[in-house]
Formats: sequence, C-alpha cells, structure tokens
Amino acid sequence: MPDTSALLAVTDLQAWYGESHILHGTTFEVRAGEVVTLLGRNGVGKTTTLKSIMGMVEQRTGSVRFDGRELIRLSSDAIARAGIAICPEERGIFSSLDVRENLLLPPQLLPGGLDLDHIFALFPNLRERQASQGTKLSGGEQQMLAIARILRTGARLLLLDEPTEGLAPVIIQQIGRTVGALKAQGFTILLVEQNFNFAATIADRYYVMEHGRIVDHFPTAALAANMGKLHEYLGV
Amino acid sequence: MVEVFGIPSYALFGQLLIGLINGSFYALLSLGLAVIFGMLDVINFAHGAQYMMGAFAAYLMLQYLGLDYWVALVIVPFLIAATGIVIERLFLQHIRKLDHLYGLILTFGLALIIEGLFRNEFGSSGKPYQIPALLQGGRNLGFMFLPNYRAWVIAFSLVVCFATWFAIERTRLGSYLRAATENPALVRAFGINVPRMVTLTYGFGVGLAALAGVMAAPIYNVSPQMGSDLIIVVFAVVVIGGMGSILGAILTGFALGVIEGLTKVFFPEASSTVIFVIMAIVLLIRPAGLFGRTA
Repeated sequence: MPDTSALLAVTDLQAWYGESHILHGTTFEVRAGEVVTLLGRNGVGKTTTLKSIMGMVEQRTGSVRFDGRELIRLSSDAIARAGIAICPEERGIFSSLDVRENLLLPPQLLPGGLDLDHIFALFPNLRERQASQGTKLSGGEQQMLAIARILRTGARLLLLDEPTEGLAPVIIQQIGRTVGALKAQGFTILLVEQNFNFAATIADRYYVMEHGRIVDHFPTAALAANMGKLHEYLGV
Repeated sequence: MVEVFGIPSYALFGQLLIGLINGSFYALLSLGLAVIFGMLDVINFAHGAQYMMGAFAAYLMLQYLGLDYWVALVIVPFLIAATGIVIERLFLQHIRKLDHLYGLILTFGLALIIEGLFRNEFGSSGKPYQIPALLQGGRNLGFMFLPNYRAWVIAFSLVVCFATWFAIERTRLGSYLRAATENPALVRAFGINVPRMVTLTYGFGVGLAALAGVMAAPIYNVSPQMGSDLIIVVFAVVVIGGMGSILGAILTGFALGVIEGLTKVFFPEASSTVIFVIMAIVLLIRPAGLFGRTA
C-alpha cells in the first residue's frame, strides 16, 4: 500500500484506451518535494500512468489521491485546478500560437506560480523568441517552452513525460539543471524517462514498470546495487 | 454618361455594389461556419436555417412586439445563439467522437425540420421588412447611386468580421480557442473548461448567422427558404477559402461576392455558376483551399 500521507498516492490504478487495457493495478507514491522517476521499456504504461493521473485517458479505475483529495472521478480541467500540470511527451506546442501565447496559455489556477521574469531567468532562450511561431523553435527550445508554461499555473506537482527525448546532450544537461532548480524551489516532480543516465542525475527514487504494473522500486542511494537488475528490466 | 470598359458606370458600380452586399453575407456566414468547423469539427448545415431564423425573429419582433431593427440587431443574435446552445447540448456534444459525416447529416436534418416548420407556419412567399428610418434613402456619388442601407450593411459586416478576426487571432480568449482547435485534450488538462468553450463557440457561430439574417431582412424578402438559397454558395465559399481559416473565410466571402457581381456585368450567363467553377479550379490546384492548412 502506498503511504497515504504522500502528496500523490496512486493505488491499484487501471486504465484503458478503447478496448486495450494498459494499466493493470499500478501502485506508487510521490512525497512532497521529491523527484520520482518511472522507468521501463517502451509500451509498459509509463505515459499512460501520467495521463491517467491527469485524467486524460478514456477510462480509469482505482485511486489517485493528491494532497488528501481523491481525483479518480474528476475531469482533467478539475485535476489541473487541484494543482497538477503535465508536460506531454509530444510537447504539445501549439503551431497557431506564438511563443508568448504558448507560454501564457495555461491559466494561473493557484497562487504560488512563477512569474514571467522568473521563468525567463530559468529559460533565457525563450525571452528572445517570444514572437516566433511556437513550432518554429528548435526541439530543445520547444521542450523548454513546454516545461516553462506549466510553471506559471501554481501547480505543485509536475508530470514530465520524457523531457530529454531526441535532444542533444548539451540540451539534456540544461534541462537537468532546470529540473534541479525546480526541485530546489519546492516543486514535486514525477518524471518518465528512458534516458537512465539523465534520470540518475536528478531523481530521488525510481519505480520500474512492466506490463502496466510497478515491479520494483529503490532510492538513488541503492542505484549501484541495483544496476544489474535494472539492465535486465530496461533491456540495455 | 460615364463609361468604364465600354460599360455604363452605373451598371458596373451597381453590380459591384450588389457583389459587395452578397459578399458581406457570404463573409459573415462562412466566418461562422469556419469558427464552428475549427472548434467542433462539425460542418454546420443548419447555418442557412439559423440565418433564416434570425431574419424571421427580426420580422416577428417588429410585427408583434413593435421592436424595431436596431433592437433586433442586438437581441436576435443572442436569442438564436441560445437555440444553438440547446442544439449543441442536446445533440452535437454526443456525436463529437464520431466521423464528420454524422454532424453534417444531423445538422442537415435539423435544417430541413426548421425550414419545414417555418414554411408550415408562414408559407413560402416572402415577407417584406422595412429599411429602418435612419437608413432610408441614399446618396448620389456621381458615378453611381449608393443606398444608405446597403452602405451600412457593407460597413457593419466589415466591422463584425474584423472584430471576430481580432478576437480569435489577437486576444487571450482567442488563443484558448486556437489551442483547443489543435489539441483540446491538452488545453483541458491546463485547467480550461473546453466543453463549455465548445458550446459557446457553436452559440457564437449561430449568433453570427442570425446577425446576418437580421441584416438581410430589409434587403431580401424574409422567407423560409432564404437560407437554403444562400447556403449552397456559402459552402462553396468556405471550400474555396479553406475549411477552418478565419481570415480565409472573410476575404474569400467578399472577393467572391465581387467576382459574382462583375460576372453579371461582363458575362451574365455565367453569373450563377462562376463561384462553382472557381471552386472546381481551386480544388484541383489547392485541395485544402486558398487559405487552408493541409491536415
């Protein structure tokens, strides 16, 4: 059973896309201020786990408790207002909006979000590109924009889906520093990553998924001892 | 008598004016269709019927309540928009996940029912609607005679089209709309109530049709089939401009009205088909329409 005093407690989460049953009873928790990483091969249900927490799948059962409140029956806009925000794997930058409009799109829902100056301090590239069309940015800039825009909303829990996918090592380092800075500012982060080396630099704890379930978990301190197992799980 | 290209200027500019008037209505109606299609993925075949309802609402308010044109111009769009909101809540929201065709067939059926009800109640002969006192008469510009009401229709529809374009392309609410057109699930996950926005967007598009209906009442006869006569041309305009493009709908609407008017001067035999010929050519060269984004 998860620690129900945690900021996010997911219990026996099941999710479906149409006929396909993707999550088969996922259970884990994220405590306030932690960076927790979901690891696992392609197709084991990591992205679906994030989308289910956010209310973006067609059908889900089980329990998602956030800050003591049950979210499983809420629509995704109500979940956003509860204080969770998602940065999707495909980034979801809107091509009909310029960079500034993309950045300002998610409304401020709760107090405590970062202001624009603060965001531009974290992502200096975005300041100069404000008038560009959103999808004209480089892949790395789009990823930064996708993270930056959910920082204004006042969300306390950020769901980041493969923020390093397809990016150059120097950009990955920059994103790693940014996630570290966000953690230092008190954000709680649930990260999905295939890039294990990246995750190792920022995560406090890891959960390993297989076939829509959590099959293992360990803290960063136990990483070295679990390397052999991990290589088997991830098939690297 | 002044002549341009061997044509008397009164005839040329007269037809140009008629073209601009028709273009105003094409633009207002195709704008509403484009807004609705962008947000709901529904090809709103009831648009002509809703335009007709707008004209009839103005007519009935004048006949039975003594409320004049200016009152109708403000109230009727909201009234007919409210009927649109009911239609969206009752029917359209339930077929969102299905193919485009279902929305098209549903709204087409609704159009037939609405028109049938009005024909049953009011007969198919048109009802006259007086030009408001303030806009009666006209002025002689030297090269042509310009009726005040027609000048008003052109100017006001330009203002409405510009305001709509501005609201969608340049405001915060408009950025929600554009984003929700691209990826409604993600916009909703940002905490925006997308289903409510969809409902209001349909209401807005229907309101635009009704506004065009009120404006049309003093020009064309108010009759149950006034919408179906117009809507076929408007669909051709939307196809030429490109589905879902706001600016495309406006520019194509006015441009095709003018082209149609000029065709009446230079080659009258083709005036009723010229828009469809242009549509065929555009579809061959740019299947997504002149301003359309390829999906």
